[in-house]
Amino acid sequence: MWTWFFQLASPPHFYRMAGSLVPWLLWPALLLIVIGSWGGLVQAPADYQQGDGYRIIYVHVPSSYLSMMVYVTMAVAAGIGLIWRIKLAHAVAASCAPIGATFTAAALVTGMLWGKPMWGTYWQWEPRLTSELILLFLYFGYMSLRSAFNDLNQSDRASAVLALAGVVNVPIIHFSVLWWAGLHQGPSISKIDAPSIAFDMLWPLLVMILGFTLFFLGVLAMRVRGEVLEREFHSRWAQDVLRGASPMEAG
Amino acid sequence: MSEFFAMGGYANYVWPAFGITAIVLMVNLLAARRQLRQTRERLQLRLVRQSGKRVNT
Repeated sequence: MWTWFFQLASPPHFYRMAGSLVPWLLWPALLLIVIGSWGGLVQAPADYQQGDGYRIIYVHVPSSYLSMMVYVTMAVAAGIGLIWRIKLAHAVAASCAPIGATFTAAALVTGMLWGKPMWGTYWQWEPRLTSELILLFLYFGYMSLRSAFNDLNQSDRASAVLALAGVVNVPIIHFSVLWWAGLHQGPSISKIDAPSIAFDMLWPLLVMILGFTLFFLGVLAMRVRGEVLEREFHSRWAQDVLRGASPMEAG
Repeated sequence: MSEFFAMGGYANYVWPAFGITAIVLMVNLLAARRQLRQTRERLQLRLVRQSGKRVNT
């Protein structure tokens, strides 16, 4: 188990493994997202209150979930990089940010499109929406802080501190609908014992969430490969890969 | 079929939401591929320049 862990953390192994993993993540992701969309748009019945408008849930919830999950992944990786000085961890953290930012934007825009017909407004400065917007700014801040340094080590360490400080926003987003009265509805599936949503409506959502998760992992693997190659430029294995003189090139 | 596309009157909200999400997925995929390819090309160029220098001196 530990040998496996150390092998994974070694850049050349990671580079090769991630490369062969990418298609195994992205193709199932595509399949799940197609099945989930079909389930959500065609198979699931209309809601008795919101009619067909509620179907936005099938893109809004997976995007929102990723926006937070990617941030937590980024903060954990940044923390590991900061404490144990593992370069691969910093590479993961740096690669999370642009992905997380785009899904936060998707969560906000799909939420606005859902809010207009149901609440009568695209935007309101209420707790859930505001804290999700802050999440978007945290991603932007993280990325601009990274690019503000010429030295990669400094950039890694400073941005890691920001990522860790910003992680307090994630539970605030999650619990905002319970702590403060706002427009946003409460949780529908996280109440494990009794989900307040019918199975016909629930399964496409779960399939979408799984598909989005695999998609994130696939895209992350691609980005981390680039980061690792860049950071390991001076090592023998990376130069072999770049010359195409090695079986490492696969993928 | 047209009933399906009408989305019970919510077509103007449901379809853009799905469309934007599809675009975000596509952009992520293309950006990641581009980033990996450009990194490789840039580093390969740097490698060639380095070895070129070594030969000249």
